[in-house]
Amino acid sequence: MIRVQREDFDIGREVAALTGGRTDIGAVVTFTGTVREGSGEERIASMTLEHYPGMTEAELARIEAEANARWPLAASLVIHRYGTLLPGENIVLVVTASAHRQAAFEAASFLMDYLKTSAPFWKKEVLAGDEEGRWVAAKADDDAAASRWFQHQA
Amino acid sequence: MSVKLLYFAWVREKAGRAEEIIDLPRQVETVADLIGWMGTRGEQFRSAFERPDVIRVAIDQRHVKHDAKVAGAREIAFFPPVTGG
Repeated sequence: MIRVQREDFDIGREVAALTGGRTDIGAVVTFTGTVREGSGEERIASMTLEHYPGMTEAELARIEAEANARWPLAASLVIHRYGTLLPGENIVLVVTASAHRQAAFEAASFLMDYLKTSAPFWKKEVLAGDEEGRWVAAKADDDAAASRWFQHQA
Repeated sequence: MSVKLLYFAWVREKAGRAEEIIDLPRQVETVADLIGWMGTRGEQFRSAFERPDVIRVAIDQRHVKHDAKVAGAREIAFFPPVTGG
């Protein structure tokens, strides 16, 4: 299941809705991405996430389908927010559930790595004391993290 | 060929618009051709498309490489590398 929304999410409620009443699940992994205030001297006042309505949902659905093709997942959920967010606020939630922990851990990691390099979202940060925002640059580390999932393919 | 063009993030800001419907010239066959042609559409577009290597493109809401053909596209989007998550 995927959702793209402006509103916050409640992790406990989402996990309960995804796994409630199921007795075939032995492992639930959740990952939550949140807005960091900054690093070093710089402090972020806010972060605005722009996205591509339509393609965002399509791309997240493709990513989720790929995870389900690779691992025996009993259930999965990706929620990604857009709009203006403050430091400490939630950005993204990934939940994976499986009979055993390894599939749930690996699928959650795959979903995040793949999402970061292919889901059409763009972050713009506004620094404290500055009105002009700046677009966050993509990181080579994220590309490397995503590509490791494809190294063992023929 | 009439196609909807979409712009996101700093490509949108530099181009000065979020979307438009346009007829592509016949000589534009690939995404690379299209990016080259976009840069000739005035100062704002020249600025937005001056570095083709950092422009990512989606055709009909799927990522494509710069050697992809544009024939038959209904919607083409231009944007920088994505930074979600």
